[in-house]
Amino acid sequence: MAVIESIIQHYNHWIMIFLMVSGLYIVVNRGNMVKKLVGLSLFQTSVYLIYITPGKILGGTPPILDDAFTVYSNPLPHVLILTAIVVGVATLALGLALVVRINEAYGSIEEDELFANGEDGT
Amino acid sequence: MVLLTLMAIITVGIVRIRNLFGVVVLSGIYSFLMASVMIVLDAVDVAMTEASVGAGISTVLMLSVLYLTKSRESVPTSTPLFPVIVAAAAAAMLLFGTLDLPPFGEAATAVHQHVAPHYLAKSMEETGVPNVVTSVLASYRGYDTLGETTVIFTAGIAVLMLLRGRRKSTKPSTDA
Repeated sequence: MAVIESIIQHYNHWIMIFLMVSGLYIVVNRGNMVKKLVGLSLFQTSVYLIYITPGKILGGTPPILDDAFTVYSNPLPHVLILTAIVVGVATLALGLALVVRINEAYGSIEEDELFANGEDGT
Repeated sequence: MVLLTLMAIITVGIVRIRNLFGVVVLSGIYSFLMASVMIVLDAVDVAMTEASVGAGISTVLMLSVLYLTKSRESVPTSTPLFPVIVAAAAAAMLLFGTLDLPPFGEAATAVHQHVAPHYLAKSMEETGVPNVVTSVLASYRGYDTLGETTVIFTAGIAVLMLLRGRRKSTKPSTDA
């Protein structure tokens, strides 16, 4: 019984860790730059999850004030993550623009091919 | 819980698929699932932002980049052993860390003890906004939001500079 309880308590955290580690793995292992950026956003969204999870109160409602409710979930993580999402898409756009430029300049977005070109001195 | 499991499955798909178009579509699905999870966790504002920005704008941006480059990933030449070790070590440390985290969904944890009760109690009389997320974002932490817009502005300028330089450099080659 304690085991099942522990699984339910930490399920969010474990999925979050899995997402984060997958993002890390993609960033380290994959040479394609678009894939790397997808991995980075996976990593980022897992952080959204770790912030929002502790803000939830069981039986609470979204933090929009009304006389009918007394228990609200914590609004502060929501604000922080709103900011993080918007900043995240801005940095993603910047990264993608860099990918486009690299493709223009070197004709490839694969890390291995770029390194090979560099060793040829081209 | 079901949504979270689905997200994990989608993530496996993102790691394994080599067609970048498929990866981008999967990441859009992933963002929508993330938005649904946010609704379940009472973060409705975050869910709306994630659905529009994460699933909408990000997907469009990535698809346009795929249009400008190519949509097939080459097979990696390096062995996956080192990244697997790094990822497994990070996962082990994080798992160890979760053992000390407070239980899910209880009102007595440390997160709910500091400024959040003040915001919830005083938002209406101090700012007059019933949505506490909005009042914190625009009023109590307005300077943070100002900093955020500065970041977006800088990123926008940088993207414009990068892509404008591209148009100039491609013009002579198309003329020649």
